[in-house]
Amino acid sequence: MQKDKRTGRITAALIILFVLMLVLVVLNISIGSYSIPADKIISVFRDGPTAEAESLISTMYAILHQIRLPRLLACLILGGALGLAGFLLQTFFGNPIAGPYVLGISSGAKLTVALTMVFVMQASGGLSSAFTIMAAFVGAMISMGFVLVISQKVSSASMLIVSGVMVGYICSAITDFVVTFASDASIVNLHNWSKGSFSGISWENVQVMAVVVIICSVCTFLMAKPISAYQLGEDYAMNMGVNIKRFRFFLVLLSSLLAATVTAFAGPISFVGIAVPHIVKRVLGTAKPIVVIPGCFLGGAIFCLLCDLIARTVFSPTELSISSVTAIFGAPIVISIMIKRRREA
Amino acid sequence: MQEYILKTSDLSVGYDGKPLIHDINIHVQRGKVLTLIGPNGSGKSTILKTLTKYLKTVAGTVYVGDKELDTLSNRDLAKQVSVVLTQRLRTEMMTCEDVVATGRYPHTGRLGILTDEDRRIVSETMAKVNITELKDRDYRRISDGQRQRVLLARAICQQPQIIVLDEPTSYLDVRYKLELLGTMRKLAQEKNIAVVMSLHELDMAERVSDYVMCVKGDTIAHYGSAEEIFKHDLVTDLYDLKDGTYNPLFGCLEMLRVEGEPKAFVLCGGGTGVHTFRSLQKQLVPFATGILSENDIDYQVAKDLAAKVISVPSYTEVSEGALQEAIECLKGCDSLIICTDTFGHGNRRCAELIAFAEKLGKEIIRK
Repeated sequence: MQKDKRTGRITAALIILFVLMLVLVVLNISIGSYSIPADKIISVFRDGPTAEAESLISTMYAILHQIRLPRLLACLILGGALGLAGFLLQTFFGNPIAGPYVLGISSGAKLTVALTMVFVMQASGGLSSAFTIMAAFVGAMISMGFVLVISQKVSSASMLIVSGVMVGYICSAITDFVVTFASDASIVNLHNWSKGSFSGISWENVQVMAVVVIICSVCTFLMAKPISAYQLGEDYAMNMGVNIKRFRFFLVLLSSLLAATVTAFAGPISFVGIAVPHIVKRVLGTAKPIVVIPGCFLGGAIFCLLCDLIARTVFSPTELSISSVTAIFGAPIVISIMIKRRREA
Repeated sequence: MQEYILKTSDLSVGYDGKPLIHDINIHVQRGKVLTLIGPNGSGKSTILKTLTKYLKTVAGTVYVGDKELDTLSNRDLAKQVSVVLTQRLRTEMMTCEDVVATGRYPHTGRLGILTDEDRRIVSETMAKVNITELKDRDYRRISDGQRQRVLLARAICQQPQIIVLDEPTSYLDVRYKLELLGTMRKLAQEKNIAVVMSLHELDMAERVSDYVMCVKGDTIAHYGSAEEIFKHDLVTDLYDLKDGTYNPLFGCLEMLRVEGEPKAFVLCGGGTGVHTFRSLQKQLVPFATGILSENDIDYQVAKDLAAKVISVPSYTEVSEGALQEAIECLKGCDSLIICTDTFGHGNRRCAELIAFAEKLGKEIIRK
């Protein structure tokens, strides 16, 4: 009986999350400086491509196709990636306030992307999506390496976070340094991106990020079983038959790759990685990876869709950086987690 | 030829390839309990960790059934050996049932989804360990005793041939200790599982183990049946007991005797003096006692605690000589503590002692 009740709750919660995501997708399509009524979305998609140039429907289609849709898909895919990266890192370090941003992984990725942008762009004039991801991945892995070394020296959970934040500051400082000495043209690009933003995403970007994130997400889902064992602690996981070394390797690889992809396209985005797994676990009423993993993807997508909607509409036409919005929602959640943990300990 | 489910041959264990303990030869059959005892830091956990493949063997071989440990995959090993570890399990939003169900891990498929059969085994095991009513409780919100039972159920659920437990009784009060060890004993017998564990409680170790292994220094000090191991000298030596003594009959420890000229004389017999002995020891009063027959239970304790024991051989009457010795001793004491009022054929001369004490003007305390 009890089992059925729990399964029921989990199914219901996942459905609600999915519906919420769809609602936000529609809102993101229709709200903006140029409003596209929700009831017209379908007709715009159907008739837009063939409509006469300069007609209303064709303008709507152009906005939708060139601006809103890629941006929305980026929010969805990268948001999901952030949610998953946060969940993986929290599992890996057994630390509820771990995430790609606080551990300095996003900042590491930002640094290498900035470096390659400045130097390679000056040489060749442009960067391909795949190349940007690669650069970001290298930076993410370097930061992750630092954090791993530190985590072996300090056992305290809060010290780990402090070290991660420090690594993040160092990377940001070097990034600023690079930006200062870069040529004017590249600075304009770098400046927006290095603060975190979903604007200016192209369809080519979306294709590449979709491939990387979907592969990573499927791999993460297939790791649900060993993750569930690892949640009990390394020693127990080992006795349950998990090959710890291989498992840890994949966990680091996947979380870095996910975080790197996000940073490559949208810059560093704070708090989504920390907050989403907690909200999702609360909503689902369980920490079982097999449901939390899809939940985190949905949750991250919802969080980013909502924050991006706020970022670009509240002070329109001025756009806020995405991190300022995510921080307003995310930081209080992190504080509440810390207070709750203190109480439980 | 007996068949051993767990066997080691000239095993050396340690960290980073450096041997800490060498020449370990364990043989455990199904249905038997092997207990590791020894001082803190002697390497009991190191041995257990090596047996569960958590640490690499430094030298020698471990056999699980007829297979070498190194040739078993993690998953196959998990089906053979399950563990209850010392460190606390960290969980997040897991009910006790969820925790127990993790034991099914090596038996489930790629995504770890439980089948009806798995669920049946889980609920059966919980019933066996008496934790069915904890089923839906959050694991973090139950007592230590309950947690340990949940972990035991988890280990059983894995349906192993061998269960390894590292100090399973650490956080438990006596009631749960008894319950846990009782369940384990029953389990070993009924399910024909070999149990290997480390314990700090010598009394418990003696009562639940078939074999006992004493770990000390860089080798196995002793290995044998419980009766062979729990002897006075052996235990004293194993733990370097300096501040007390080990009593092999009761399996209990006594504090160090207070040496010196006896200040009090305890007249007792048949177990009536034990509490008085201990209370005098606590007040650091050296005392004498008598006149005890050597098969008296008081004699067993007095041997360890009294500065002087006046005794007569088992099943003999208190002799005149013994009485005189007691009187001499009494002269030096301040008081006579009378714990028994049973004076029969064997110890009727003891009653005379009371009369002497009165005559000598000693303080007489009746318990």
